[in-house]
Amino acid sequence: MRKLTINGQVHDVDVPDDMPLLWVLRDVLGLTGTKYGCGIAQCGACTVHLGGVAVRSCQTTMDMIDDMPITTIEGIGDTPIGVKVQAAWLDKEVVQCGYCQSGQIMSATALLTENPKPTDTDIDDAMAGNICRCGTYVRIREAIHSVNV
Amino acid sequence: MIENLVSRRNFLRGTALATAGLVLAVQLPGNARRASAAVGEQSKFIPNAFVKIDGDGITLIMPHTEVGQGIYTSSAMLMAEELEVDLDQVRVEAAPPDLKKYMDPILFDQATGGSTSTQSDWVRLREAGASARIMLVAAAAALWGVSADDCKVEKGVIYHGPSGRSLSYLEVAPEAATREVPKEVPLKDPSQFKLIGTRAKRLDTPAKVNGSMVYGIDTRLPGMAYATLAIAPVKGGRIASINEAAARAVKGVRDVVRTDDSVAVIGEHMWAAKLGVDALELSWESGPNASISTNAIIDDMHEASLKPGVVVRDDNGAEEAIRKAKTKLDAVYRSPFLSHSPLEPMNCTLHIEDDRAELWVGTQVPVRAQKAVAEATGLPPEKVTVNNQLMGGAFGRRLDIDTIEQAAKLLQKIRYPVKLVWTREQDLTHDFFRPYYYDRVSAGLDDTGRLVGRTHRVTGSSVMARWAPPAFKNGIDPDSLDCAAETPYDETSVFADYVRHEPEGLTTAWWRGVGATHNLFVMESFVDEMAHATEQDPVDFRRKMLTRNPRALAVLELAAEKAGWNDKLPEGHGRGVNLQFAFNTYLAHILEIEVVPGKQVKLLRSVLAVDCGIVINPDTVRAQMEGGVLFGLGTAMFNEVTFTGGAVDQSNFDNYRILRINEAPKVEVYQVKSLEKPGGVGEAGTAAAAGALANAIFSATGKRIRSLPLSQAPV
Repeated sequence: MRKLTINGQVHDVDVPDDMPLLWVLRDVLGLTGTKYGCGIAQCGACTVHLGGVAVRSCQTTMDMIDDMPITTIEGIGDTPIGVKVQAAWLDKEVVQCGYCQSGQIMSATALLTENPKPTDTDIDDAMAGNICRCGTYVRIREAIHSVNV
Repeated sequence: MIENLVSRRNFLRGTALATAGLVLAVQLPGNARRASAAVGEQSKFIPNAFVKIDGDGITLIMPHTEVGQGIYTSSAMLMAEELEVDLDQVRVEAAPPDLKKYMDPILFDQATGGSTSTQSDWVRLREAGASARIMLVAAAAALWGVSADDCKVEKGVIYHGPSGRSLSYLEVAPEAATREVPKEVPLKDPSQFKLIGTRAKRLDTPAKVNGSMVYGIDTRLPGMAYATLAIAPVKGGRIASINEAAARAVKGVRDVVRTDDSVAVIGEHMWAAKLGVDALELSWESGPNASISTNAIIDDMHEASLKPGVVVRDDNGAEEAIRKAKTKLDAVYRSPFLSHSPLEPMNCTLHIEDDRAELWVGTQVPVRAQKAVAEATGLPPEKVTVNNQLMGGAFGRRLDIDTIEQAAKLLQKIRYPVKLVWTREQDLTHDFFRPYYYDRVSAGLDDTGRLVGRTHRVTGSSVMARWAPPAFKNGIDPDSLDCAAETPYDETSVFADYVRHEPEGLTTAWWRGVGATHNLFVMESFVDEMAHATEQDPVDFRRKMLTRNPRALAVLELAAEKAGWNDKLPEGHGRGVNLQFAFNTYLAHILEIEVVPGKQVKLLRSVLAVDCGIVINPDTVRAQMEGGVLFGLGTAMFNEVTFTGGAVDQSNFDNYRILRINEAPKVEVYQVKSLEKPGGVGEAGTAAAAGALANAIFSATGKRIRSLPLSQAPV
């Protein structure tokens, strides 16, 4: 048994050491807001926070987690910046199909937590790992700039 | 609020809808009054296929599927406008498979594609709302013993002015259910619109920012297992050897199932299933397509393109006019195979029982999905329940049901619910691809630089012939020369023909922008070639050919003005224009780029001017232009699917690149106010991308791009 602290709650899971966090979240714990897109850290749809840092959960195996707390899209709205990012996403009507947006919001929240006034270059650096197939990049940029941290 | 039919199977039960959704010639059963009384508070008012008012509130049934394009909101706006309700008073629900009620009248199928949804729904959904409102008002008037003419409606409440009485739609619904559907359904004049034309908030997005939206891939059912699969890398190949025992030995693996050309491992989670597939020690027989390669396909297409095709347009004298022309141009353009690669990989959840089956999937074609499961399981279609889910993108991929068919064949003996998820690699390598096209074009211009004759031969696969055979008539695929045979320009001497050429070893499919995406790259690049060959400005050259097309001219002028077409460009920069009439929408696109020697093209600024007729939701139009053009630009920059030894060379986003935020240009969208019928917007932006990009590269470098993607022809 392994203890995982996710969105402030402790979960006991019985899974292999090499199992990626992505599948533990989705298939074992039923937290399906974190998405599978590529499985090789190319698309960012599976982004979560591990110890406050944005990571790709498809590459984060159980034995890498130690006791670090995990935040997912289901819990990000309980953080002071996460809730503002979600509001900005709706205000700017960023979302189209929405499948990548869990990951986009997790990356954007990590960026704004570290850097309250990111430049366009900062946004490029922080968000280039998150693919949006619908091409909502114009509005992702607008929304990040609009968040008043 | 979005609600799926999964929990609402009773919907529409007991109604007798006799005709298709086009005409609201719908009568409720004769005993409706008694039926209503018997169920009391629970009685339902279902005046047509699209509106339902019952104890749960006001529900609008969505005939089209939401793939991200915003149709759930736009369709709800059409109905709510005439029903006189606010969007926050309604819930929307996916329509079940039912061709009679939900056929798209343009596509002749219950399908979402070709940017037809708003065009199809513009009248019928407003009529559905108006018809329901008329019946509700008549019911209230009857209850009060007053004239309906003295009643008015605001936000779902009916008021009788003279007496000050009021009744909500919910209160009056049981009485309305007893009334006849009106034969005459007058619609509002556009000047009376309250909702249509406003930047209404999308109904589906709140659940998409907090992880609560359930896409097909997020389906969870009691007792459900998880599966993934491996499919023969070469089409027509078969499993040669397999070690099922090794897969079964993996912890968490429950079952292994297979067909001749595929195998699925079922486990307690995706990870177990994936490790199970890895353990299978699979080897494959390649079959008859083992020698197929992209180069061989292109050689065949080249050969095929040398022979005449089926004539699509012949104004007489095009070739003669070119022969006599002062300036003659000839060119070959090539467009690659493409993958859809929606970010949500293909998946489907099936629960097959002895006498019924239930499917959870995101599909653009629910009736075909139902039929696929019925045929694979031997069940009658009415025993297959389809729960259509919102989709994490589709771009045409979910207009095909091959994956559902494959899942049903693999799982036909399994009696517990299984969610089958394609890995990205299996999704990409077994996609149905956008056809490769080989275009031959020629043109002649007189000594004043006027276009006097043009020919265009398209050689390529016909998606239409496979997907909608009745629409493929006399050897002509109407999609194959869309935007090539007919253009917005004053042309009187055009010859266009089509050579159908089906490459072996792969299947071709609809892909965002369909025929327009391919043909506009060719046509608008070639128009640019004509302008430069006669030393004319590309915008001015187009302008002169638009003497009979004021809407096309207006978007061209608007884009040119906003983009600063005549402003001097910095060193290394280029500007390219693309003009089109596609999906019944006029669109001009001017793209500015920078080319730094030895480096990739940098996309700087996209300016789009659009006239799509009456706008339902201007923010959705803007979003579709922004997203559509980036989809097209990224594809033109990076994407092609190639084959070696019959198998697809690309496998994931590391070798099938998707445009990223740091590579995306600024996008500005300008909308022309119009009272014309709505055109489509979901694909127009994508179709407008490649021509503008190729023309911008010529402007910056003098190099003409006639083959995509750009990454194969560095500038």
